Amino acid sequence: MTISLKVNGAIHSVPAEPDTPLLYVLRNDLALNGAKFGCGLGQCGACTVLIDGEPVRSCVTPTGMLTDSEVTTIEGLGTIEKPHPLQQAFVDEQAAQCGYCINGMLMTAKALLAQTPHPTDAQVRAGLALNLCRCGTHNRIVRAVLRAADVMGRS
Amino acid sequence: MNAPILSRRAFTAGAGAIVLAFSLDPKHALAEGAKLPGDLQENRRLDAWIRIDADGSATVFTGKVELGQGIVTALAQIAAEELDLPLARVHVISGDTARAPNEGVTAGSQSVEYSGTALRFAGAEVRAILLDAAAKKLAVAPDTLTVSAGTISAADGRQVTYGELAAAIDLERDATAKFPPKPAQTHTIVGTSVKRFDIPRKVTGGAAYVQDMRPAGMLHGRVVRPPRYGSRLDSVDDAAAKAMPGVVAVVRDGSFLGVVAAREEQAIAARAALIKSAKWTLGPPLPDPAKIHEYLLSLPTEDNVISENRAPALASTPSGAQVSTQILEATYRRPYMSHASIGPSCSLAVFTDGKLTVWTHSQGVFPNRAKVAEALGMNVADVREIHTEGSGCYGHNGADDVALDAALLARAVPGRPVRVQWMRDDEFGWEPYGAAMVMKAKATLSAGRIVDWSYDVWSNTHSTRPTEPGGVNLLASWYLADAKKPAPPRNIPQPAGGGDRNAIPLYDFPRQRVVNHLIKEMPLRVSALRTLGAYANVFALESFMDELALAAGADPVAFRLAHLTDPRAHAVIAAAAKSAGWRPGEQGGEGRGRGIGFAKYKNLASYVAVIAEIEVDHTSGMVRVPRAFAAVDSGQIINPDGLANQVEGGIVQSTSWTLKEEVRFTPDGIVSRDWESYPILTMPEVPHVEVELIGRPSERPLGAGECSQGPMVAAIANAFAHATGRRLRELPLTPARVKAALG
Repeated sequence: MTISLKVNGAIHSVPAEPDTPLLYVLRNDLALNGAKFGCGLGQCGACTVLIDGEPVRSCVTPTGMLTDSEVTTIEGLGTIEKPHPLQQAFVDEQAAQCGYCINGMLMTAKALLAQTPHPTDAQVRAGLALNLCRCGTHNRIVRAVLRAADVMGRS
Repeated sequence: MNAPILSRRAFTAGAGAIVLAFSLDPKHALAEGAKLPGDLQENRRLDAWIRIDADGSATVFTGKVELGQGIVTALAQIAAEELDLPLARVHVISGDTARAPNEGVTAGSQSVEYSGTALRFAGAEVRAILLDAAAKKLAVAPDTLTVSAGTISAADGRQVTYGELAAAIDLERDATAKFPPKPAQTHTIVGTSVKRFDIPRKVTGGAAYVQDMRPAGMLHGRVVRPPRYGSRLDSVDDAAAKAMPGVVAVVRDGSFLGVVAAREEQAIAARAALIKSAKWTLGPPLPDPAKIHEYLLSLPTEDNVISENRAPALASTPSGAQVSTQILEATYRRPYMSHASIGPSCSLAVFTDGKLTVWTHSQGVFPNRAKVAEALGMNVADVREIHTEGSGCYGHNGADDVALDAALLARAVPGRPVRVQWMRDDEFGWEPYGAAMVMKAKATLSAGRIVDWSYDVWSNTHSTRPTEPGGVNLLASWYLADAKKPAPPRNIPQPAGGGDRNAIPLYDFPRQRVVNHLIKEMPLRVSALRTLGAYANVFALESFMDELALAAGADPVAFRLAHLTDPRAHAVIAAAAKSAGWRPGEQGGEGRGRGIGFAKYKNLASYVAVIAEIEVDHTSGMVRVPRAFAAVDSGQIINPDGLANQVEGGIVQSTSWTLKEEVRFTPDGIVSRDWESYPILTMPEVPHVEVELIGRPSERPLGAGECSQGPMVAAIANAFAHATGRRLRELPLTPARVKAALG
């Protein structure tokens, strides 16, 4: 069985069953490292991607549902050479320790800033309430999102 | 190759620095045959640490590994500084049993101290060897040469680069540590907030973790754990699992069960089917969780008086009049706590021509390799382990175990790499927890001072790492047909300590007695969780200091300072009090309060004082920590922002431990299996944290990864008492416990 889906602007055909969680297709078939397996239960947010601009837990999203959708992963935002302002802000604030949760933080923040381009500190915290971080990097993550909002607002 | 003869003259310019280096740390005395500094002592060859490449860059080798703490960047800073190379031309190889020095385990906030010190001295020596080679080549005296960015220049303008000298120098020899590292005031790379090497790829989806490896032909593995500890696998329908799509192998060895499949979701589906069909003879039930501390106290212990000072009791004044005294006693408890890594442990293994290669995020690839080999009945030389980052571990989580799981599954499919990641319930259910503990404190107050102090701590061991001798501390090995036995538990001895880490107060008491009680029976699997016993001991000790201050009618900050002589301890407490705007005698109330906690981690590393603010909702029992102020003295600072990041992280993690965390279980087994049954602090609950760094460039650099958790729990507990007038002595400070205390 093959499924086709559109990720970061390109259409892919993958040899997976329709009920395969998107996370495994992204990571193993498309070699996209960004989204991470954290719980497989939709609880921690490490696997977050955008589907038609909305943050979604790819570990519990069947790939077969997505034939008409646009999937955006962290790789679709920018690259090491040409990072998205959010990615650059996370580097500037050194907003990572182990970094395993950062994909989810960053992708959720991307959707948050699309809705609320100039969030307050409290709005960023509320917007990231369902993404877990274990290293205790939260305050830097909030600062990075606020910095990115500032940069994006000026550009 | 002839070893260059190093002229003493080359180092006359550094003579002042030699004196300085001696005076800094007598331990680093550089006499012939003396102990070499840091981990040079165990790995003496220069080329074990540093090689100069033909392109003029340096490759630096370290046995310490990146766990998200930024150590690789910090060590590169140290090497670049001593070698006079730009940071971009220093490449780090870490944690590879085929290439890196054996530095044991990356733990205990010791990497900068041990690996960093080794690289500092090795770097200084390699630079001297390069200078000597340049002097010969240019036919000038070494002390006329200058170095900049790996280019050595003579006074007449002739130059030679490190790359041009690379083939002419001999680093295949033991370090002497006779070449003094640079004095701190000349540092240009060390002491600056260099940005971490690993973050750009972590925020752009670059390959950063062992989870991101997918070599050609890779298969996916999953394991099936028993319902609870010590269970025996009686039967399983492996034929049905083998018939499932993509399944390549079902591996059963005794009670170890796993599956290998072409696709990850196929391995997960087959695991689910195997769980359903497996029949087990259950291991012994777990103790009653409601009485776990009483149960632990009822077990046999190995007791050890770790500090005793029996100055004459202040029984009477010179005039013979009886001095009025007050005796206080209190008992404190901490629960089992999980490492709760965001990403479950993962490993990739391939078994080819009788040799095994394992990519692992183990904290100690050398000790882990030894035990993986033993479990598999292989020669250690036939196993290579290569550290590759995983999710943050915070101590001994499932990393070591999954390496053996991957090896066992890879052995069943020779030539094919197998990547195994534990499922969320594997990690929560089977990792070794931080041990539950009981601390009893008793003290005598006289004229506002503590004149007698007694403290007892009961705990299981805080290290069942694969480093432990006399057994195999790897989970799967206990379930194989040829089952291995775990190593007998023992306490990590003082001065670092295990369960008794930070059990000896830094305060000066005329009489004190501190006793460690090691409980050898382990009803739940336990091992090293960040800080080991220090988190609980600092909680107990610093809570009790506040209880005594209250009884003495003293301000908690002033009371501490009155019992401390160490000036660096004074400095961090004073700095935290200043940054928090602490007012002596300030009143808490209406659910708001502030508290202080202080410790010198392990009594031999960083000094930290934290003041936390707290808000208690009397109706819901919810505790919030809006802000925390910390002051830290880690001696010489290698990377200020990296240090601040570690301290902030420790404070937030400690807040989570303190307010929320305990492993739930019943006699049937572990109940905490996901983030709902083991909740941690969420973004809106995280305190704002301000960290003040007190740099001491002329002091030894001290580890900081674990320095703030103890002071933070104490600050929260003391703030709770300040806010409510009630003392909570059992962790965590859950709404139920808070409501019960506030009645």
